[in-house]
Amino acid sequence: MTRTTRLDGFGFIAPLLVLMVVAFNAPIVYMLGLAFWEKGRGFTLEHYEGLAEAPVYLRVLGNTMRIALIATIANVVIGYPLAHWMRGLGRRGRMIAVALVVLPFWVSILVRTYAWIVVLGNGGLVNRALQWSGLTDAPVSFLYNELGVTIGMANVLLPFLVLPLFAAMIRIDDRLLQAAASLGAPPRTIFWKVYFPLTLPALAAGALLVFILCLGFYVTPAILGGGRVPMISNLLDTLINQIPRWEQASAISTLLLIVTLAIFAAYRRIDRKASA
Amino acid sequence: MSDIRLEGVTKRYGTFAAADQVDLSVTQGEFVTILGPSGSGKTTLLSLIAGLNRPTSGRIFIGGRDVTNATAQERNIGLVFQSYALFPHMTVLENVLFPLGVRKIGGAEADRLARDALKLVRLDGLEARRPSQLSGGQQQRVALARAVVFKPDILLLDEPLGALDRKLREELQVELKQLQRTLGVTTLLVTHDQEEALSLSDRIMVLDKGRTQQVAAPAEAYLKPANRFVAEFLGIANFVDLPDGRNGVVRPERVRFTAEGQGRPARVVEAIYLGQMVRYHLALDGNQSVVAAVPFLGTAHAPGERVSVSWESADVWPVT
Ligand SMILES: Nc1ncnc2c1ncn2[C@@H]1O[C@H](COP(=O)(O)OP(=O)(O)OP(=O)(O)O)[C@@H](O)[C@H]1O
Ligand SMILES: [Mg+2]
Repeated sequence: MTRTTRLDGFGFIAPLLVLMVVAFNAPIVYMLGLAFWEKGRGFTLEHYEGLAEAPVYLRVLGNTMRIALIATIANVVIGYPLAHWMRGLGRRGRMIAVALVVLPFWVSILVRTYAWIVVLGNGGLVNRALQWSGLTDAPVSFLYNELGVTIGMANVLLPFLVLPLFAAMIRIDDRLLQAAASLGAPPRTIFWKVYFPLTLPALAAGALLVFILCLGFYVTPAILGGGRVPMISNLLDTLINQIPRWEQASAISTLLLIVTLAIFAAYRRIDRKASA
Repeated sequence: MSDIRLEGVTKRYGTFAAADQVDLSVTQGEFVTILGPSGSGKTTLLSLIAGLNRPTSGRIFIGGRDVTNATAQERNIGLVFQSYALFPHMTVLENVLFPLGVRKIGGAEADRLARDALKLVRLDGLEARRPSQLSGGQQQRVALARAVVFKPDILLLDEPLGALDRKLREELQVELKQLQRTLGVTTLLVTHDQEEALSLSDRIMVLDKGRTQQVAAPAEAYLKPANRFVAEFLGIANFVDLPDGRNGVVRPERVRFTAEGQGRPARVVEAIYLGQMVRYHLALDGNQSVVAAVPFLGTAHAPGERVSVSWESADVWPVT
């Protein structure tokens, strides 16, 4: 008999592993490491000190987190009822609904974002409807501000929340809800004590995914923000492509990575506690 | 504690009747079993009584009150599902506390009631477990505790033992019967296991294609089946010709071996040893077959052997 160890078969995956490390991981490490080096002087924390001294960077970070949070909440507020409604549909209805939710994935994100300009612009659909109905006299500006960016991001990321949530919801056995009803629970109690807790892990995972994706979103804030809504990714673009100050960009990236990991760790803790 | 009365209860899905003009009257404290093949409408009937479903026509009374249009939460019925339907995100204790919380019973009082119910089904000590950490039989007992903890007027059990192995099932049958007697609660049990139906219940109701075939005490339904379906569904039935041209049914236990020349000659086709009993499949002369079940007393007839059998004419029950 041959002795099998964990290292058996390593030879087969080694080429792939090398490719991954060289093409993917090494550049990231290099990029992150950049912030700690100063040409000719070696190790330094100067760039991080620079971060702390120039409040604009931290303000952008805070701004990004706030927009990401609002977009995530909007996603939850829209996505949860939507997924719940989809669960109640018949087989056919569900298929159509899932297709409609997934459909935007097939359209380039650029196209979708520009579509929002058509919809939200001063002469766009929404404003014309608002003025026609007499709710407002002058056009409401949705574009090139936080509102537009938030709406755009919420829209683009909705499937990331709805799909896992919908999957979790259709896995809930109707008989559990019937059991709760037969035990005397009114619909409210059935929802809050049985249905909602069973969807909570998927909701948390979906919301986390959306939030993290929001943090690093580039295209939508760039277009719908029109350069007036500074978010981290746009700041990085400026630091790398225009100024260029790679070391500063690297320090900000590191900070973003740490924030993301911290949020993820917090989520894991909560999740583990919930399923223990 | 209440009685149940069904009057002409019908449930249609499209043109298909899952329950068709069902009448049933269960008295206070009685244990009635609904027996029928898969798809005969047993679960449908329970869900109508529990209020999870509305009948297309007919009326349902519980404790004399017309509950036909009452919701499930207005009926105070304990229901154990075919699949147990325990809440996976709650512990055993939380599951049992759930119906109490709904009834605004909390604190020490609720805790005591829940622990009593768990003790009743012999699950004390497992309060902190999740349903996924329990065996099938334990899950079944949690479902039972959850269904009785709030002192329901009626207990409905949908094949509660269906998923268990034979030995555990027999153990739990005894427990179930004791529990039902202790609580004195009116109980409707659904099963397609005829042995379970015969051993547990005061009366059984045989259902086929949504229609009532017979409602009777177990022994009566077994020995005096209302029709051919009931005769064949409950145990093994020998159909024999009666002198008046009708058909009659004789149970295998009523078939005796006799001395040669006295009964009807037959040939042993198969002898199946069942522990205390031996079951013989016999071919009578004239191309008729009969099954006989006799106590095993050390020796048995071998296949191919010629024997004589007979039965009392009083043991033959005419069926249509
Ligand atoms: N929601 C429904 N829509 C259409 N037909 C249904 C529905 N629910 C049940 N039926 C049909 O009604 C009939 C009775 O179903 P029911 O679940 O009551 O059977 P059962 O006696 O409990 O069977 P089993 O022993 O397999 O559990 C079946 O033919 C089933 O297909
Ligand atoms: Mg059933």
